[in-house]
Amino acid sequence: MSQQQSQQRAHFFALADHVQHRLQAGEGYTLWLEGETSDFVRFNHGLVRQAGQVAQAYLTVRLVYGQKHISQKIVLSGNASDNDAIDGVITDLRAALADVEEDPHLLLATEVQSTESVAANQLPTAEQMVADITDAAAGLDLVGILAVGPVYYGFANQLGQRNWQETASWNFDWSLYSHGDKAVKRGSAGFVWDKHAIRAEIEAARTQAALLGHAPKSLTPGAYRAYLTPAALGEIVSMLNWGGFSEKSMRTKRSPLLRLLSGSAFSELVSMREDTSGGLAPRFQQEGFIKPDHVALIDHGKLSGSLISPRTAREYDVAGNGADGSEAAASFSLLGGELPQADVLKALGTGLYVSNLWYLNYSDRAAGRLTGMTRFACFWVEDGEIVAPLNVMRFDDTLFRILGSELEALTQETTFLADAGSYGGRSSASMNLPGALLRELKLVL
Amino acid sequence: MLKTLEQRFRALESSVDFCSLRYVEEETESLAVRQNIPQPVGRSLDRGIMITVMHQGGYGYAATPDLSDAGVTAAFERAKAWALATAHRSVFDYRQIAPPNPTGRYLGPTADQPLNWHRKDLMALLMDESRACQIDERIVDWGANVDRLEVRQLFLTSGGGAVEQHYRAVIPSLSATAFADGDSQTRSLGGQYNGYCRQGGMEVLTQSGLYGAGKRVADEALQLLLAPNCPSGSMDLLLMPSQMMLQIHESIGHPLELDRILGDERNYAGTSFVTLDMFGEYRYGSPLLNVTYDPSRTNEFAAYGWDDDGNAAEKAFLIRDGMLERPLGGAISQARAAAEGKPVQGVANSRSSNWNRAPIDRMANLNVEAGDKTLDELIGGIEHGVLMDTNVSWSIDDSRNKFQFSCEWGQVIENGQLKGVVKNPGYRGISATFWRALKAVGNGTTDDVMGTPYCGKGEPNQVIRVGHASPACVFGNVEVFGGEGA
Repeated sequence: MSQQQSQQRAHFFALADHVQHRLQAGEGYTLWLEGETSDFVRFNHGLVRQAGQVAQAYLTVRLVYGQKHISQKIVLSGNASDNDAIDGVITDLRAALADVEEDPHLLLATEVQSTESVAANQLPTAEQMVADITDAAAGLDLVGILAVGPVYYGFANQLGQRNWQETASWNFDWSLYSHGDKAVKRGSAGFVWDKHAIRAEIEAARTQAALLGHAPKSLTPGAYRAYLTPAALGEIVSMLNWGGFSEKSMRTKRSPLLRLLSGSAFSELVSMREDTSGGLAPRFQQEGFIKPDHVALIDHGKLSGSLISPRTAREYDVAGNGADGSEAAASFSLLGGELPQADVLKALGTGLYVSNLWYLNYSDRAAGRLTGMTRFACFWVEDGEIVAPLNVMRFDDTLFRILGSELEALTQETTFLADAGSYGGRSSASMNLPGALLRELKLVL
Repeated sequence: MLKTLEQRFRALESSVDFCSLRYVEEETESLAVRQNIPQPVGRSLDRGIMITVMHQGGYGYAATPDLSDAGVTAAFERAKAWALATAHRSVFDYRQIAPPNPTGRYLGPTADQPLNWHRKDLMALLMDESRACQIDERIVDWGANVDRLEVRQLFLTSGGGAVEQHYRAVIPSLSATAFADGDSQTRSLGGQYNGYCRQGGMEVLTQSGLYGAGKRVADEALQLLLAPNCPSGSMDLLLMPSQMMLQIHESIGHPLELDRILGDERNYAGTSFVTLDMFGEYRYGSPLLNVTYDPSRTNEFAAYGWDDDGNAAEKAFLIRDGMLERPLGGAISQARAAAEGKPVQGVANSRSSNWNRAPIDRMANLNVEAGDKTLDELIGGIEHGVLMDTNVSWSIDDSRNKFQFSCEWGQVIENGQLKGVVKNPGYRGISATFWRALKAVGNGTTDDVMGTPYCGKGEPNQVIRVGHASPACVFGNVEVFGGEGA
């Protein structure tokens, strides 16, 4: 544990103790902390576009009185002034509680389950990593981002529960451009930096990018055999995860998987689960509940579970399973199938090899129909051989065809995809997915 | 506090070519009622600084919420270290630009007055509208929200620049979902992901139509549930402002962002079909198309006096009479384009989502200027078509060309008359040709001010507020479709 990391943990626990001593009779609290110290470096044309560091620590303070509660999110300075800031927050929240009615759906953890997970920082300086990348990318049109540094989460409540997770990681999400919009997309992440591995990845991408120099093929709208790489399938799974497995969305008829509730099914090849034990996201959540190792969502094509937050559990009088308020899977897993990765092109025969999809959205949510674009290095394949890069095409098809009637095979091998997202803060979400061979994918534009 | 912060910034060693400090403070509160039950009240107070250093041709930044002497100094040292570390690995030599040193103050609408935010009264209003949604047992979910936002910014430069900006927004939303026989339809007030986004005070609640919206929105959700799917085929398309905002955003705003054109976003948000040599030469749309960047329309969501690099914001035409004139590019991007031998005149749109993200080229207030047709005239000019209102789905390729959008609400138009409601209305097209099919533009009576808090872009990712004002518009020969089974 580095000195800086230890300071973050100690500071959070000291703040929790401070809040504990400010409570009045009958009051409770929860604290939820999300923090990071990240160096972000953007690249364009193999050089640096923007480099900088962001230190942030957001603390959500919830003051509870019976079934009444109100919360405020503040940013911590990391020094002694935070005690005064929290005193002000508690005073404000206590006053605001007078305006708040009892919340019949409030459900907080009452069983104390303290946990701690800290990984030692094994990373070199971000400057060294940037030098490694720009040296390896010299003369190449590499564009993307390196994010590096510690990320930490904390929870505390008046019952004495304390949870802490801290890791120092890097995520390098990048593309290597051949020309125009033709590029090879790559991404990797980890806790240990290996400059030789990065150099090898960039070199491999350079070799693959050479294939993009061939004359591109433009397809006409219609239905085509297609292979979706794990990254491409990940875009579809992300859409499915946008309210799809949420118990609340199912109850309020907003889930794109409504048809699964009325007897429809995916292919028997499809088994999905929230795999907290295999992911990067914290095992605890904002109300203090601990997530189970796994939550089965689809079992051999049939709906077998949902993600249930404490609030939804109380509202619909069902057992919760530690889901966050979004009720989206944070560590999504789709089990692999029978198709060896090495045989993908042969099994595809003639059709599309889709490396990446992009900008998906629902064209008819209730029917599970969605649209999106191909992107990056997608190829036309004939008789198991790559023939030409593809110009971008739009698909518009349903989840029930893509993961159901048209799903021919899943690859044996799965790929772990660490989310490179950083809206508000660096994501800890991940997916572990195989590739998918489809008998048909509908292209429309 | 701002004076103390300025003193700390001025006390930093002046050993770098340029240095700036940008302080951002954002205060929010969210009130909501769902299914007649008050939801937890959420508040936030976020504040911090970003120090930016340009030195020896490099550029570095550091962002921290620690506003103490030690915090400001440490941020400066980290920003300086990044500038030095990247000076000889940078895509651009920052010595080629002369950053501005602006002075002044900007106040958004009502920002100089107390906000009349009475929590209990507002919760009572939301409860009334929530209860009004409950018109039929097929309404299975419903809710109403109102959020407030208060933003204060300070921008200081080592050359003596000092700018303060203060603005606020009140954002209402309401939606209802109807369900029967396996189908589900959701109708909203302005959009399910916020649409009535404007700067200003409590007057925005009246302007948005929140009062009385519950019954109307729920009734429209039921109408959609019972309606046939939108017809398919090539036909005229009448887009109302709550869909025009999305059309403008995706197929004019993003492709005109200069940093995309320069390649910065190719790994994430994408590139653009627009190239540097098209400005001044390219016909983007029909002669009826006039598009402006207009930070001076003060009630729009992204009105401001200076962008986050300190450049003064002024209204400018990006597209005039259909011809492409300017990109959405701030001073740094303009200098980079010039360094590539292709100078273009941009606008002051270098913006960041918060204190902890660096400025990049973003949309701000991006509007279609009004034409000369009333809504009746727009409808009357359509022999066979569909009216679409309120965006619900958006998808476009990484060059911002091939798009497919869907709306909550559709109505068939036959022989110049509005006919029945249709559900799941959608259309697809190609930006480079779609705007040339603009047939008619509504006048000011059809105009509405919309916006979104959720424009995503950038690495690291940034979600930012943008404003879009537009009249209703008619496009010819558009590929229209409906939902599954249509």
